[in-house]
Amino acid sequence: MIPLSWYLILAAGLFSIGLFGVLARRNAVAILLGVELMLNAVNINLVAFWRYGDVSLMAGQVFTIIVFAVAAAEVAVGLALVISVYRRRNTVVAEELDLLKW
Amino acid sequence: MTAEQIIFLIVGAATLLSALLVVTVRDLVHAALWLVAALFGVAILYTLLNAGFLAVVQVVVYIGAIAILFIFAVMLTRRQAADTGAALNKNWWAGALMAVLTFAGLAFLLQGWSGFSKTASAIPSGFDAIEQLGGALTSPVGYVLPFEVASVLLLAALVGAVYLAFNKK
Repeated sequence: MIPLSWYLILAAGLFSIGLFGVLARRNAVAILLGVELMLNAVNINLVAFWRYGDVSLMAGQVFTIIVFAVAAAEVAVGLALVISVYRRRNTVVAEELDLLKW
Repeated sequence: MTAEQIIFLIVGAATLLSALLVVTVRDLVHAALWLVAALFGVAILYTLLNAGFLAVVQVVVYIGAIAILFIFAVMLTRRQAADTGAALNKNWWAGALMAVLTFAGLAFLLQGWSGFSKTASAIPSGFDAIEQLGGALTSPVGYVLPFEVASVLLLAALVGAVYLAFNKK
């Protein structure tokens, strides 16, 4: 059997890679790709805790479904914002969007 | 090493490698395709965790909808066919440091936890996870309220996305 620790370490690694993507990428679409990786790392944790705890308590799986819905909503609104910004500013590079910076 | 552990190690390594390529590859279409690979690896992990329904939802919703939406957004927001400029900003080393520190902090916290190397108990015979999940999502004593709130959230996101991306000219 696979110990719980393997899943937790894998999820921590995936989360850290996603965090790096969010902090280091220049393109706004690539930043959203990093957010997706972080959400998936959280989902691995939720499902692993469901499996290694009491399987008759479905909270872990239900929470994962809710995270799916929130991720879909986040991507739809986020990409709509990116497309809207691209129309107005003709760029999606995050550091060129400095209208609020003084 | 059992067969399950070998499958986990192969799939886990492939998932982490794809994730690394997602955040470092310069061509965004390639990054989105590597995201598909990483999401597929996570779907296999769900199957290893006996959550077959979630694996199917992962493939249908994440790969089928979200990843394709990303590819469309990349195509709609490119000035020219080829990507120019660096993929990472000039403070990428600080981001890398933060990511490594986050991983080290999480690993340190986890190894001090008593349930860290717990193994899973066998699934009781006759237990149907999909039936239980459906029951939990629709029963008033279960999670019907969060389920309905999620549907309202999706509706709000739909209206908001259409409003934001709508071309007023």
